[in-house]
Amino acid sequence: MADEGMQSWKTLALGCAMTEPGSSKRFNTGDWRSGRRPVTDREKCIKCGKCYILCPDMCYSPDPEAEGYYLWDSFYCKGCGICIHECPKDAISWQDEKEEDTHGAACGS
Amino acid sequence: MARRVGLEVSLACSEAVKLCNVDVVAAYPITPQTHIVEHLSELVADGHLDAEFVPVESEHSAMSACIGASAAGARTFTSTASQGLALMHEMLFIASGLRLPIVMAVANRSLSAPISIWNDHSDIMAERDVGWIQVFAENGQEVLDLTIHAYKVAEDPRVLLPVAVNLDGFILTHVIEPIEIPDQAEVDAYLPPYTPQMRLDIANPVSMGMVGVPEVYTEARKACLVALEGSYEVIKEHWEGFAQHFGRRYQPIETYQAEGAETLFVTMGSLGETCMTAVDQMREQGQSVGQVRIRLWRPFPVDDFVEAVKGAKRLVVIDRALQPGSASGPVATELKALLYDRGIEMYVANFVAGLSGRDVTRADFAAMAQRVEAAQAAGQPMTCEMWGVKE
Amino acid sequence: MIEVRFHGRGGQGAVTSCELMAQAAIAEGRYAQAFPSFGPERRGAPLQAFLRISDHPIRLREKIYEPDIVVVLDPALLASGGVKEGLKPGGTLVANTSKSVAEVRGECGFDGRTAVVDATRIAVEELGVPITNTTMLGALLKAVGLVKLESLKGPLETRFGPLGEKNWKALLRAENETVIEE
Ligand code: SF4
Ligand code: SF4
Repeated sequence: MADEGMQSWKTLALGCAMTEPGSSKRFNTGDWRSGRRPVTDREKCIKCGKCYILCPDMCYSPDPEAEGYYLWDSFYCKGCGICIHECPKDAISWQDEKEEDTHGAACGS
Repeated sequence: MARRVGLEVSLACSEAVKLCNVDVVAAYPITPQTHIVEHLSELVADGHLDAEFVPVESEHSAMSACIGASAAGARTFTSTASQGLALMHEMLFIASGLRLPIVMAVANRSLSAPISIWNDHSDIMAERDVGWIQVFAENGQEVLDLTIHAYKVAEDPRVLLPVAVNLDGFILTHVIEPIEIPDQAEVDAYLPPYTPQMRLDIANPVSMGMVGVPEVYTEARKACLVALEGSYEVIKEHWEGFAQHFGRRYQPIETYQAEGAETLFVTMGSLGETCMTAVDQMREQGQSVGQVRIRLWRPFPVDDFVEAVKGAKRLVVIDRALQPGSASGPVATELKALLYDRGIEMYVANFVAGLSGRDVTRADFAAMAQRVEAAQAAGQPMTCEMWGVKE
Repeated sequence: MIEVRFHGRGGQGAVTSCELMAQAAIAEGRYAQAFPSFGPERRGAPLQAFLRISDHPIRLREKIYEPDIVVVLDPALLASGGVKEGLKPGGTLVANTSKSVAEVRGECGFDGRTAVVDATRIAVEELGVPITNTTMLGALLKAVGLVKLESLKGPLETRFGPLGEKNWKALLRAENETVIEE
């Protein structure tokens, strides 16, 4: 095994704790999606907020420019499809991922 | 000034915990541990111990609560036995992996089936590899002393590991005997308040219990292993300090009449005392016998053990638990491996005795020695025998 | 080292007797062990409790198989064979009974040194309950001076609080009324 990303046992924090807060901001889980992403059709959206509440990775956040709507975070979305399943108006649907979209910018960072 | 009182050993354990001024006790009652936590809950309820007593709904929760409390920086205690310890199993790894200095008294008891509330070491032997420091007491005074020492070791910044203090269920827990209880000032002088090296603190956020991806896990375990092995020196150092403070001395491996003895019994826990008296009686009859007691079981004090047994013609290792499917009991297996590693050839006989509280008497020790001598003379190995099985 | 076995029933106080004796010996600076027969306890079921007293540290965790003294707290247990089991030929039997020594010997088959006292009657009269743990200690001390009488006073007070005084009186009366035959 190549030792890329490995560190000596001597330099690990006590109990292998993570001592740097917010380090997950650097951890792009968006690249776990396989080929497709959820896209919201705001024409159909009734602003119920279910996607916001139910996404297990908190990928939806209130859109500061359009009250009641939500922004999607490409950096964290793993493509589980829960938001699509839960949206009462079928406003969210899969869309093929374009190559250049795969690694989106972190939302709100 | 220390007080010498007649006290049930369970209560001596609770008194030690009180003297250590713990912050959190989380426990679920189970025979034969019950009196320990019962008394602690009384001490808390009556205001003699300023601690949080968490009456959890299971042992799994007890250890979980202890892990949380310890991670938040509290001095933490729990106690259990048998099935209760088994129910804690997965959490025990987490306590050591997160390097939390929890102290637990294990009132050793058999495991079901069939249901048994009586003593043997099946419970702790099943938790041998959880990465905890593990010590064994032979009497009530040792229970009190080892509990105080356990916090001193566990919280030492060079160690930061949980400690299990083993005391035989009923055989020790339910006996009233003389105990010397040090006073608070004496204990305070030995054991300072706990200063966590790292804790859950919103002002200094950390995450504990992270995923250990393959690139990290091996190194994380190595760090724990090194800490456990390194605890050996600290354990000895603090036993030395204990002797200076309280006048009672402990060693990782202790011996009795072992010097020059041809036959050495190896015991762990309360069997040790009966064995000492058996050795006295056998010596009076001119037999060359002695005894080696394993006080520190994890980390195993290999060098001390080798030193203690060198020159003996045979070891009679008494296991108080089975290791089903393996050639010998857990203690004997360990000892044979280390002797082999050192190139030491020695006749090692193994008995599994005292299961489920079955009495092991002076006469049993004498009969074992006789049996082993005869077997060795006849050139037969004595890999492992269940002692006293009714055929 | 002296070894004592107590026979009683759950709730009669055999375990307490045993503990009080150990406390008294320890208070004298000596060594003692007190322990019940290990296992679940049920009210009314026959049980045993064990006591060792010695001037030296006791390094023994066996049960007691050959006691020097047997104390029987319940008259109904005298007839059951277990009472004299292992009792050393030169040992002493201390029994709670309204019967004579000769009758007790006939009942339990032990013909050595025997002490009898009607501990139940004394307990009922002095304490109002047929619990013979403290009265039988009076008999035991009369038969075999294992500890000094006064050494029991502290343990009795700690154990019974305000009832300590009454128990002390019952103990002294039982001691006085105990009849011993060699
Ligand atoms: S697909 Fe899953 S992870 Fe992505 S936004 Fe929807 S619910 Fe969240
Ligand atoms: S769940 Fe659907 S309707 Fe509700 S806010 Fe989200 S996109 Fe809009």
